[in-house]
Amino acid sequence: MTQGKASPDTESAVARTTPKSPRLGWDRGALSRRVTNLPKPAKWTLIGVLVVLLYLLPLLEIPILSTPDTDFGAVLFTVASYVLVALGLNVVLGYAGLLDLGYVGFYAVGAYTVAVLGSLQAQLSWWLLIPLAVVITTISGVLLGAPTLRVRGDYLAIVTLGFGEIIRLTALNTEWLGAAKGITGVPRPPSVELFELPHLQWEGATAVIDLDDKTKFLVFGVADQAPYYWLALTVIFIVLGADRMLRLSRVGRAWEATREDEDAAELMGVPTFKFKLLAFASGAFIGGLSGALFASRQGFINPESFQLLLSILFVAAVVVGGAGNRWGVIMGAIVVAYLPERFRGFEEWRLLVFGMALLILANFRPQGLIPPRRTRRAQAVDEQLDALEEGTDRVRDPRG
Amino acid sequence: MSEIPVAEQPAAREGAALLSVDDVSIQFGGLKALDHVSFDVREGEILGLIGPNGAGKTTCFNVMTGVYQPTSGEVRFAGSPLGRRKRFAITRLGIARTFQNIRLFGNMTALENVLVGADAHHRTNVIDALIRSPRHRREEREGEETAREVMKFLGLERRADELARNLSYGEQRRLEIARAMATKPRLLCLDEPAAGFNPAEKAQLMDLIRRIRDRGLTVLLIEHDMGLVMGVSDRVAVLEFGRKIAEGVPADVRNDPAVIAAYLGTEVDDLDDEEANL
Repeated sequence: MTQGKASPDTESAVARTTPKSPRLGWDRGALSRRVTNLPKPAKWTLIGVLVVLLYLLPLLEIPILSTPDTDFGAVLFTVASYVLVALGLNVVLGYAGLLDLGYVGFYAVGAYTVAVLGSLQAQLSWWLLIPLAVVITTISGVLLGAPTLRVRGDYLAIVTLGFGEIIRLTALNTEWLGAAKGITGVPRPPSVELFELPHLQWEGATAVIDLDDKTKFLVFGVADQAPYYWLALTVIFIVLGADRMLRLSRVGRAWEATREDEDAAELMGVPTFKFKLLAFASGAFIGGLSGALFASRQGFINPESFQLLLSILFVAAVVVGGAGNRWGVIMGAIVVAYLPERFRGFEEWRLLVFGMALLILANFRPQGLIPPRRTRRAQAVDEQLDALEEGTDRVRDPRG
Repeated sequence: MSEIPVAEQPAAREGAALLSVDDVSIQFGGLKALDHVSFDVREGEILGLIGPNGAGKTTCFNVMTGVYQPTSGEVRFAGSPLGRRKRFAITRLGIARTFQNIRLFGNMTALENVLVGADAHHRTNVIDALIRSPRHRREEREGEETAREVMKFLGLERRADELARNLSYGEQRRLEIARAMATKPRLLCLDEPAAGFNPAEKAQLMDLIRRIRDRGLTVLLIEHDMGLVMGVSDRVAVLEFGRKIAEGVPADVRNDPAVIAAYLGTEVDDLDDEEANL
């Protein structure tokens, strides 16, 4: 509606836009625009510094960030595994628009594959277990999706909710899978001891290198969890790359078209069922990977680790962050996984505070923390149209 | 209706039947939406399908594009029956359509909407996309060429990066046509493309439909606006209560007593409904 001949079209477009409730919105685009507009070398340097910082995070022990009540490396790993899960669920929920409330099922299948074949029933090598876990989870995704993806919306949510519970209950009631007592001795990633990295120690605003507190690179032990975090972080970067590749291709377009209008997509030549199944399988792939990493860090799993609540938290991470935007869901996962750990000191209050934080977010950022670029831009235009509409309404008043 | 100048009427184009609707009936419970309907769409023509509201026009489209299966009879495209082909497979075969109520992918850009159409014939899979294989790159390039060309043809080239839902109403209608054309159809089915248009826009649309035909496409047009249908169609088929009551060149159909009977007395209702639709 900026220039040119706009008379009939503008009016009809304005009249046709459904009125939206006023939203709080501030321009978050400014920062990202400034970053994108940087010259290429500067941009890459910035990204490089950021990546190095992320890897150094467990060594830096930054006072405000660090968790006083739990090992920071362990918290970072938990956050990273949530991020991974959120990225996987984002493919299913954010891109393809399929509400999956049983995502923990895939997480569990990945974890159980590693545990059962690595400890309980066989002693396969870790290098074999991870791909096996991923393959089995992907197959379980296809098996779940093939019959259920014919139903839509709420019905799909109910079916997937059931799936998550079925997996947990099956594990709980099957001796072969360890039943209620769970599985111990899950293999850890193989260690290679190369060198040692000292941590920092902070006194007020000054940091000193603490030579007594060192992380062995790369030893996957019990006490020091930083290496697990590095492993998960590396996996996240690989998944992010794959995510981007798929998004900017026929596959990503087909997912989005299916989400926007399934029937129209089908009539424009998109085999929607196939692409929904693909989204499900990709989501399962990433969920299973995350579960497998979780099991090999934990060393011990039982059905209690895969409660329904976890599925809800995963969906919360995606929705809070902004479904459909990979950076958004990463933020969401950080909020959902990190905040409860950071405020563990408050004990019984922490879930209450966490719940309130989610409510506040839902109220003031219904599109998520970082909504997809498109939604954000569309929102801006909607606001313009709303403003316009108010103007025209006043003019049209006599007609009602 | 007479504000729109009726263009010179070319003699009915002679061509082989591209699409044959052969004795198709479709029943929803007790309601016969289509009752032994037969007509041909000939290669290279513009066929107008008209009728009062509820006559079965959109149902007819839905049978042709695989949304509904006919209760009896069959639809043949380029000689072979559609059978139980899936909807996307029919699109790949060469039938594309637009929708009576605009159904764009609102949160995708205009260009992406058209690219989805162009993707109808693409085979890029997950592996291709992940490793950026030659096939992926070739299809992306071709798809974008097709999409940009079609958008240019419809005068949308400057709106490519706009979100579909932010386009004006008229642009959205054209974008639907662009998306359908990007699937490289042989038959383009337009479902009430002029709904909500003013006379000037209708005149532009008539010109556009002719230009589409001149690109070698066959056009099947459902429309309420008699002036537009009569002005642009080579031939017209008339449905009423699920039955075909007339077929022929516009001049003949206009004077057909059955057609006049069908439209007289329902006209007032028709206008009311049309207004309700807006």
